[in-house]
Amino acid sequence: MMNFLVALGQSVTNPVFYKQMLSATTPLLFASLGGLFSEKTGVTNIALEGIMLIGAFMGVVGTYLTGNPWIGIILAVAAGVSFAWLHAWASIRFCANQIVSATALILLAQGLTGFLLEPIFGQPGSTDIFPKLEWGAFNPFDIFPKGSFLHEVFGFLSPFVLVAFLLVIASWFWIYKTQVGLRMRAVGENPEAADTLGVNVFRIRYFGVIMSGVFASLGGAYLSVGELGLFSENMTGGKGFIALAAMILGNWHPVKTMGACMLFGAAQALNEQLQSNPNLAIASTTKPLFNLLPFVITLVVVGGLVGRSRAPASVGVPFEKEG
Amino acid sequence: MNRRALSFIIPVMAVIIALVVASVIIILIGEGSFFERLGFLGRAYYELIRGAFGSSGAWINTFIRMTPLILTGLAVGFGFRAGVFNIGAEGQMAMGALAATVFAVNASFLPVFLAIPLSMLVGMLTGAVWAGIAGFLKAKTGAHEVITTIMLNWIAYNITNWAVTAPFSSGVGVPKSPEIATSTKLPALATAQANVLSVGLFVAISAALVIYVLLEKTSRGYEVKAVGFNPYSAEYGGISVSKNIILTMAISGALAGLAGTLESIGLYHRFYGTLSAGKGFDGISIALIGQNHPFGIIFASLLISGLRTGSNQMQFVGVPKHIVTIIQAVIIFLVAADRIVRTILRIRTSKGGSPV
Repeated sequence: MMNFLVALGQSVTNPVFYKQMLSATTPLLFASLGGLFSEKTGVTNIALEGIMLIGAFMGVVGTYLTGNPWIGIILAVAAGVSFAWLHAWASIRFCANQIVSATALILLAQGLTGFLLEPIFGQPGSTDIFPKLEWGAFNPFDIFPKGSFLHEVFGFLSPFVLVAFLLVIASWFWIYKTQVGLRMRAVGENPEAADTLGVNVFRIRYFGVIMSGVFASLGGAYLSVGELGLFSENMTGGKGFIALAAMILGNWHPVKTMGACMLFGAAQALNEQLQSNPNLAIASTTKPLFNLLPFVITLVVVGGLVGRSRAPASVGVPFEKEG
Repeated sequence: MNRRALSFIIPVMAVIIALVVASVIIILIGEGSFFERLGFLGRAYYELIRGAFGSSGAWINTFIRMTPLILTGLAVGFGFRAGVFNIGAEGQMAMGALAATVFAVNASFLPVFLAIPLSMLVGMLTGAVWAGIAGFLKAKTGAHEVITTIMLNWIAYNITNWAVTAPFSSGVGVPKSPEIATSTKLPALATAQANVLSVGLFVAISAALVIYVLLEKTSRGYEVKAVGFNPYSAEYGGISVSKNIILTMAISGALAGLAGTLESIGLYHRFYGTLSAGKGFDGISIALIGQNHPFGIIFASLLISGLRTGSNQMQFVGVPKHIVTIIQAVIIFLVAADRIVRTILRIRTSKGGSPV
């Protein structure tokens, strides 16, 4: 027990813990903001997991073909938008069962990425390492003196991390302070009323779902061209679903969702810190028991809190114009 | 067009369109002129069919694969009938198999006629409890079963991997459990190389019959279907929705747990970390192709197990076996959005939802 407390203390005073927390928060943040845009307009999107995966894959494909991670990100977003469009098309135009069609998209992403890995990269399982997206000569976090605690935390983070947190503010502004945001909320709460007032429900919903594709694919691209520089099969490992849980815990509000993502990120970082702590000397065979913690926390959060948070009223219900 | 015909035409069209999509993808990864690529496509499908149904050994392998798929298909399909989407058959299968294997390893003192049924019972109960967690959370707090069962899948994945690397491991190499007691091994029907087709296939088919009777001939099945059809009117009619949701998840999990148990006591005779290997997710497309009907599910599982078995052979001509996952994705997408198929076929029907 004493060893555990010492290890805990060492973890939370280590700048690497905070760096890992921000890194682990970032993909969740992108994906959960994406889910929020979709659900605010009344369309569930459990396909986030698949959109992240295809984004992660196309990010590496673009980098591999051109040597430029920016091209990779553009390809990732294009793929994410295509997947999101498929989801929108099925759910909005054809009133599909959104949960089942989104499951199909997750499988499609797993199938396509696994299938194309070998023809493109010449080996199954995972790719070689390619250039990552890095801060160039200018890193805004260099304002912290080299070697200081804050520089250790922020100085080596991917540019994606800053973008993710800026997107929280942008999303909040977009949803609560603009006309389109007001329409999105109206369509999500009461599509019939919004329709009566002349809002094009279909167009707003397409917009929300496609934005979820943009955001979630950025989250996936962060995993591949932002964090690791490679793609491996099923590398998203349930993060799309954890992001959905964060969105629910955050009560469909961008800032609260950010808090929820950081909670999950902190759990992940603490997990990594404790596993590698020399005082605890955790055997490699015991590590799966640590790795299941984020999933247990998600289960408890979703099971325990869902009754107290409230989804937009029309989530999951297709809208059909009368007459 | 009547409902019965539609419930046949939509999955058949979905399968056909999925195979066309897969063909386009295979042509795209081929090399050379268009006709060379067509030849490549032909070779790929030839190997697929040969690998699945081309010899008695191929048939045996297809039937071996079909055994757990009937049960995971039933697990998902039974859930759909009650309006719950059990995407966690994968984890329920693994947990059921692990528990049954722990029992079977230590069951050498029991006679065969007790050892085998008790192993199955342990596997089914464990699967039922594992799925029951998600059912309980949905009934009590409204937590969506898709998120909770996916989380339970990951938890099961980590628990079972831990079990076969640490407390319940045996030998070196691939993480695996010790071998089960001889008295718990299912009798074999046929063998193809090292693979054994056991009487588990008949157990799975019997399970389909039981589910058919339960759904169509009992008042319990009527309640389950009523909840799936319209929970509000079911509640109004005096049927407890939350009780039926928990019960449905438990039965669904028991079927998935049985799938895992049969893999252990019928095929591998031990537990492997990779035992479930996507068979739980295959259950989703099987349930949708079979339109959630137990007999439809038997045929759908033959189709998917044929694709899975044949795809191993297809790999040798250079088509990764992930093509089967793509085919399944397209099928699920088209059955969920069945109005796409109706639009293509220009079928006009009165306003009716998707079949799930």
